[in-house]
Amino acid sequence: MIDRKPSLAVWKFASCDGCQLTLLDCEDELLAVAEQIDIAYFLEATRATVEGPYDVSLVEGSITTAGDMERIKEVRRQSRFLITIGACATSGGIQALRNFGDVEELMRIVYATPSFLSTLDTSTPISDHVPVDFELRGCPIDRNQLLEVISAYLAGRKPAIGEHSVCIECKQRHNTCVMVSHGTPCLGPVTHAGCGALCPTFHRGCYGCFGPAEQANVKSMSGALAQLGVSPDEIQRLFHTFNAWSEEFRNPPVQVAAPTRKTP
Amino acid sequence: MTRVVDTAGLDEIVRLLRAAGRTVIAPTVRDGTIVPAEIESGAELPIGWTEDQNGGYYRLAATDTPERFAFSSPSDSWKRYLHPPRTLLVRTRSTEAGIDVELPDPSAPSVALFGVRSCDLAAMHVLDQVFLDDAATDPGYAARRADAFIVAAGCAHPGNTCFCASMQTGPTPNAGYDLAVAELYDNGQHRFLIDSGSDRGANLLAEVDSRPATEADTAAAAAAHDNAVQHMGRTLSPSDPPAAAAHTDHPRWDDVAERCLACGNCTMVCPTCFCSSTQDSSGLIPGEAERWRVWDSCFTADFSSVHGGPVRSTTRSRYRQWLLHKLVTWHDQFGMSGCVGCGRCITACPVGIDLTAEIAALARSGSESGEAPNTTNATVT
Repeated sequence: MIDRKPSLAVWKFASCDGCQLTLLDCEDELLAVAEQIDIAYFLEATRATVEGPYDVSLVEGSITTAGDMERIKEVRRQSRFLITIGACATSGGIQALRNFGDVEELMRIVYATPSFLSTLDTSTPISDHVPVDFELRGCPIDRNQLLEVISAYLAGRKPAIGEHSVCIECKQRHNTCVMVSHGTPCLGPVTHAGCGALCPTFHRGCYGCFGPAEQANVKSMSGALAQLGVSPDEIQRLFHTFNAWSEEFRNPPVQVAAPTRKTP
Repeated sequence: MTRVVDTAGLDEIVRLLRAAGRTVIAPTVRDGTIVPAEIESGAELPIGWTEDQNGGYYRLAATDTPERFAFSSPSDSWKRYLHPPRTLLVRTRSTEAGIDVELPDPSAPSVALFGVRSCDLAAMHVLDQVFLDDAATDPGYAARRADAFIVAAGCAHPGNTCFCASMQTGPTPNAGYDLAVAELYDNGQHRFLIDSGSDRGANLLAEVDSRPATEADTAAAAAAHDNAVQHMGRTLSPSDPPAAAAHTDHPRWDDVAERCLACGNCTMVCPTCFCSSTQDSSGLIPGEAERWRVWDSCFTADFSSVHGGPVRSTTRSRYRQWLLHKLVTWHDQFGMSGCVGCGRCITACPVGIDLTAEIAALARSGSESGEAPNTTNATVT
């Protein structure tokens, strides 16, 4: 353990700021966090900064510019323990949809003066550029998981963050399965837990914002979605949201035959 | 002595249980399924509802009768009321004098489990072997189990995924209840045959208006039982599990692993899957820590993780472990099957994997598949 209070820095790359806001959203616990850790660099909260190096860095966002490719290396150099927060930082985010298209063409469609832009062809996760010590999933991250990661760091232990499916959380909450009982397409069986099965609790299908669960069987999942009548295009769209560039969701096998259900 | 009550009598039983300070948990319609949850009166039973279940499929369906128990079994099991998904085991606080240890009070709110099918009664008996073992009794489970007032309900409407007759756990309860109800609805006559299985059950029944059962009543109940046995949607031959267990390296395991999502739904809804993990957590307040027991699943990597990684690293090995434990090695461990034939794992599987079909295929296909004899039966893949 460290005698002085450990220092914390929060960094933003290509992102919407929602994950950083989750730290501010801790409200009730924020003072307790500040008592245990020096918030040394957090521009979202205050312009007062303390120079690095830092004990812990929370990194939000993906790498989309040549400048950011260099900046993340400097952040890594300044950080003893680097935690990426959110779908952008862990898989490239919604902006990684550009990876499937032609960036020049997209720039012409979206911007009046594309020549002002300086951007890479791809949006990539932080782990493609520097070693990452822990990845916190979600779009946005879950505040309880954030507090767990910070608490675990302070205690020098492994965070209790399972990599299993959303279904396990969903059943623990005594929810009705929206897929089995309502026929609603739901990515819960292949999606990383952590949200507490938020969407199925409100009778919506999981849209996979925490990215792939461990050993996500996307092929069989696509077959089950096809069985519900979801078209190949729609299956691809379901997987191609906030974690589209994750290895497992990148190329869902959308032309698979629906599985045969053996009924007597 | 079997007694007979009408619908008002059944409602009166719910009222008396609540008046005695019990939370009544019963099958009730919620979010498009029938689940065991708290009810405030007999009017909240699934009156006029049944369901259509199959692999990965569950839909409510209306009946044109006022029956209370025209469905097979609730979509979720009753285990959460005896073995909750999350249980606080201990809370500790460092002080100058040492460590303060706070143990939670094992007593729980008093409940009545009302309308428990025979398969689910058998499942509670299975859980008893796990949690009431002399060498390691779980105090919370023991307190909840001893206190729970159980009203069983014979099943006259088995579903497409049911096979309690194969597992010899139903459809009619014969032990392990305070009261047992058999609903009869014929020729416009609606009545409930009630047997008591304990003193507290008999005492409660004595407070309800009832008449003795006639020979015609008991004959109708016996006919409903026979009819239910004939209408099980699935079967499982008792000789198949040991035959299947002889083929631990069969390619069928690869086939099922291709379909299996490893999502854990089967283990969550199984009324006998009891596995949990123990999670220690420290919060932001220095010196304070908690230990929780949380439902876990043998389909997760964490479940079999030891130093260096998980013992069962593939979905193939996890499905095989789950199926063969449930149907085969459970006998070695607890002297009974871990499967009671409720069929929930079939319905709850998003891709409709059917354990009865898997076991039958493995049992039948051994020699003709051309697989090498299994000489390394301790191999873990």
